Amino acid sequence: MDQHHDNLDGTHQVPDCEAALAEVYTYLDEELTPVSQAAILRHLELCGPCFKAFDFEAELRVVIAIKAQSGEVPEILRVRISEKIALLRTEGGSGEVGGQPPTEA
Amino acid sequence: MSRSGVRFSSRALMADQAVFADEAMEYMPQLYSAALRMTRNAADAEDLVQETYLKAYRGFGGYEHGTNLRAWLFRILTNTYINSYRSKKRRPEETELDDVEDFYLYRRMGGLEAVRSNRSAEDELMDWFTDSEVKEALEQLPDQFQMVVLLSDVEGFSYKEIAEILDVPIGTVMSRLHRGRKSLQKQLHNYALERGLASANPESN
Repeated sequence: MDQHHDNLDGTHQVPDCEAALAEVYTYLDEELTPVSQAAILRHLELCGPCFKAFDFEAELRVVIAIKAQSGEVPEILRVRISEKIALLRTEGGSGEVGGQPPTEA
Repeated sequence: MSRSGVRFSSRALMADQAVFADEAMEYMPQLYSAALRMTRNAADAEDLVQETYLKAYRGFGGYEHGTNLRAWLFRILTNTYINSYRSKKRRPEETELDDVEDFYLYRRMGGLEAVRSNRSAEDELMDWFTDSEVKEALEQLPDQFQMVVLLSDVEGFSYKEIAEILDVPIGTVMSRLHRGRKSLQKQLHNYALERGLASANPESN
């Protein structure tokens, strides 16, 4: 990642860029300590190029999540599983509430 | 046991079963989607999900109410996959992933944003890859990397939740995530190259 770029306030923040970029995943995963999370956020507010890189990674993650889950559960699977569970319920033998006496275990 | 005691316990059991039916079934689309990525095969995915639900139903007594039901179900799913389906070897062989640089995709495609600057990065990215490509790229990942990427990036679990689901240390989760994601990006980049959307090498900034 090119480190020679302008920041909004004109200061050169090479160590901060490297440190921030190294943490992109833990930052986006929101797994950093609040202090670290805030420090990187501050850097991103000041540093356009780093912001763009982070934004790209964040957006990529959203797109992957959406596309990975497209398509539906086959209805027949739902039905089959519901039926099997219903079968297990009746086999379980506890019967209806307030209804038949329990069978001997 | 008195009759009323038995009736009480059967009422509690039926309440549990009703809870299970309502709450657990709600997660089927997510479990099925993950199962498809893991097994790469619709028939196996259906069997895996079915087996997961039956195990979950039978084991519902072992689930602590109020705790993370979704994580509990995913734990059963991944364990069932590892124990029953992994051996079927439909998956790519376990290999060491090549070392891939950070921001792999951004370095090669991030510059395109400037060309179509009226659109958001998300709109651009939605167009760059098809659903199939994303699914296939996930399916290319070796098992241990695929699972963490699915659980984190698709399902949104935290590192701690993933560590508990897979029964591995958090450090392992983090390193597999890091490497798995980069490998995923490299795979996506290959698809983009094939369609002429990307440059092969990093663009100079």
